[in-house]
Amino acid sequence: MAVLTALRAAIASPRGAPSAAILALAVTAAIAAPWLAPYPYAEQNLAGAMMEPSAAHLLGTDEFGRDLLSRIIYGARVSLGVAVTAISLSVMIGLVLGAVAGYLGGWVDRVLMAIADVTWSFPEILIALVLIAILGPGLSSAGIAITIGYLAQFARLTRSQIIALKRETYVEAAISIGSGHVHVLARHLIPNALTPVIVAGMLAVGDAIILEATLGFFGLGAQPPLPSWGALMSSGVAQIYLAPWVILFPGLVIAVTVIAINLFGDALIDALAIRNRLKDR
Amino acid sequence: MSDTILRFDGVSRDFSSQKGFFGGKRTMRAVDSLTLDVPRGKVTGVVGESGCGKSTLARLALHLLKPTAGHVCFEGNDLAGLTPAALRRQRRHMQMVFQDPYSSINPRFTIRDAVMEPFQVHGVRHTRAEAKDKAARFLEMAGLDPQLAERYPQQLSGGQKQRVGIARALALEPDLIVLDEPTASLDVSIQAQIIALLADLKTRLGLTYLFISHDLGLVRYFCDRIVVMYLGAAVEILPSTDAPHRHPYTRTLMDSAFLPDPERRKTVTAMTGEIPSAFERPPGCAFAPRCSLASSRCYAEKPVLLTTERHPVACHHPLD
Amino acid sequence: MSLLTVQDLSVAIGLLPLLDRVSFSLERGEVLGLVGESGSGKSLTAMALMGLLPLIGGRITSGRVSFDGIDLTRLPEAEYRTLRGQRIALISQNPMTSLDPILTVGAQIDQASRIHAGLSPKAARARSLDLMRQLRIPEAAAVHGHYPHQLSGGMKQRIVIAMALAGDPDLIIADEPTTALDVTIQAQIIQILCDLVAERGLALLLITHDMGVVAQACHRVSVLYAGRGAETGPVRDIFARPRHPYTKALIGCIPQEGQAPGSLVGIPGMVPAALAYPKGCRYHPRCAIAAPDCRTDVPTGSIVDASGAVAFCHHPLEAGHV
Repeated sequence: MAVLTALRAAIASPRGAPSAAILALAVTAAIAAPWLAPYPYAEQNLAGAMMEPSAAHLLGTDEFGRDLLSRIIYGARVSLGVAVTAISLSVMIGLVLGAVAGYLGGWVDRVLMAIADVTWSFPEILIALVLIAILGPGLSSAGIAITIGYLAQFARLTRSQIIALKRETYVEAAISIGSGHVHVLARHLIPNALTPVIVAGMLAVGDAIILEATLGFFGLGAQPPLPSWGALMSSGVAQIYLAPWVILFPGLVIAVTVIAINLFGDALIDALAIRNRLKDR
Repeated sequence: MSDTILRFDGVSRDFSSQKGFFGGKRTMRAVDSLTLDVPRGKVTGVVGESGCGKSTLARLALHLLKPTAGHVCFEGNDLAGLTPAALRRQRRHMQMVFQDPYSSINPRFTIRDAVMEPFQVHGVRHTRAEAKDKAARFLEMAGLDPQLAERYPQQLSGGQKQRVGIARALALEPDLIVLDEPTASLDVSIQAQIIALLADLKTRLGLTYLFISHDLGLVRYFCDRIVVMYLGAAVEILPSTDAPHRHPYTRTLMDSAFLPDPERRKTVTAMTGEIPSAFERPPGCAFAPRCSLASSRCYAEKPVLLTTERHPVACHHPLD
Repeated sequence: MSLLTVQDLSVAIGLLPLLDRVSFSLERGEVLGLVGESGSGKSLTAMALMGLLPLIGGRITSGRVSFDGIDLTRLPEAEYRTLRGQRIALISQNPMTSLDPILTVGAQIDQASRIHAGLSPKAARARSLDLMRQLRIPEAAAVHGHYPHQLSGGMKQRIVIAMALAGDPDLIIADEPTTALDVTIQAQIIQILCDLVAERGLALLLITHDMGVVAQACHRVSVLYAGRGAETGPVRDIFARPRHPYTKALIGCIPQEGQAPGSLVGIPGMVPAALAYPKGCRYHPRCAIAAPDCRTDVPTGSIVDASGAVAFCHHPLEAGHV
């Protein structure tokens, strides 16, 4: 399959190799957190609060004496988990809406795209804040906010792919042999539109991590004691002079992960040669 | 069973384009009140230059485009009057081979998937072994090595892809196949192979063809009847390939087709004027600006396709 | 001496040899048809003559190209630049991509005159209008101010021809100049090109895949197959007595007037890819009369006719064989 070849080429490329390694590490941390973390993430030890990085606590401890490394590892589970789940949902819903709009055209298209344009014209963070004001703070609210915030992007991208593909002769050929709408969409249009949408989704995971961290930072995402990277940074603000590592390490982890996602996505775009197809994003 | 398999009855098709955001709509008439019978078991050729509406005609024939006015009847049934489900069933009997073999097969499909897709669409189920046999049979019918079934379209040459397109069109055992410039993007040696294949399939399977082409020489070789189109309208219907032409445009087409014979060079007379825009149709004969025989009547009054003593021709001053 | 002599020209792109010892010559006032299917090397030959091979990573590996006594294979790029446009002009297949969409067509012809003939803006304009009239462009003065998108395909190709003529070249290379055009327009353009050759004593190398165009327009023809010459000679003799089985088959691919139904068969198989060229004569897998030596030995050109026709075939067809 072309996608597998491209994935392999992206992993082998100079940009792709280090970023793929970092992403593999982050994903492993998220999946295997209970086995990798040296301490339970919520275990307090007030006697050992705000300790500098040491052999016992590689990244030090926070104001409750919780091991920061363990919290970051568990935080990967929360931050990546929310970002990936929310974006996957967003991609799936966006794909269906965009495909229907692009395929049917007419008023369905106009209504769906008018809604998409309105949501698109506000920054994702604003949409998220409004939704959280309605739903109340919490991890699931943050997830729903991310899903809806990025929906327009995927719907628009899918729609533009579908409109371009609709003109391909093989689509006309499929209709001429008597195919119905569902067959044309499911067998011809969506499979050929999928690749750029999925890559865009992958890149959006990076943005979603930052959005989730921002919400977490303001206390609107994961609620204590559940650690998310943004919440960890938030708790570090108060100790920024006494224990700077509490804000520094989560911040670094976010930055490195997001950069790795973008670099790897970029390498993948080149390997798949779909840069021009993503410009409608 | 009637002798006419497909009938166009006063069929017109408009396309409109928005002129800017606030501008009004511009309407272009691609096919203009066309009446035409396609006789069963024959090859009806449609010839004309780009923009004459021949590709629109092909799509109207299969109801891939809906007519703006008039009726397209297949086996006596008005296609516009069918429910979507009935239309899909009807499509088993009428198939199309497309001009561009390069984009007529989904790049994600294997050749077998492409040939077997019609069965899938119509809910005919096959076991893996049956599908393999059946695909092999249709590929062989189209003159292809059945071993190509595992390949993807990118791995095939243009001629091979066009044969796949023919195999796919044959799969549902149709009565009518619309051939939309099936050889226009192929080399001459491959073009001749494909035409020979189509001729052979027609006799073996008793097919009816509607053959769309810009190549008069090819149409005269392959077709039983020739419909000459100019700017959306049929200007002459030649009942046989050796019938003497009567429309000045048909003569221009004949004079423009070079024969592979240096002893019979054509004298090309300079032609003034351009094909009028389909957006702004002149009131009279569309060919008048380029016609050496045009009179004032030709600019004022639109000639209709009249069955004269010999054959239908739409001209105020037909040639003898 | 001929205006253009191509002798044993071989061209490779990277390590891949694509053109193998192709030879032909062209006189002033003559139209030579270079014919072949896609993959035969016709367009590559045009690029080699224009010195444009470096653009596609190609180079001449051996052979001689002499134009009016100048050896083009050794010409430095700076001198080639003065030759292109002024003495050798190229008309390409797609007039849509040969014209700059943001300049009026008149300005583009003017520019060609000014660069190649060193004319003043005013003189250039007068000359452009004159050229446009010669090419039977109606209302030349109005068309001069039009942009390419306002013109039809046939009109655009006439503008491209006018640009080619602006430098008053000795040789025009026309690479499938009518393929993108309708038949009636094709006939007009071919007629214009033939008239130019007759009136101005130009030499025209007409690259085409259409044997009908060759029969109509050319004095002599050179047939290429899979990067090699197949047959070359005067058009009348080649069409009357093709000696190479490929030439005969190629002519037979076009339906003749009144040809019996079912008699058009084409050529079995297809042109091989450059990586899979067969040994011996490259046509032998498709040839009806291939013999054992065709599979092993590369045929050399031999004169087969009093007219000077040359066929690259071990078993040229006899005159009566047709």
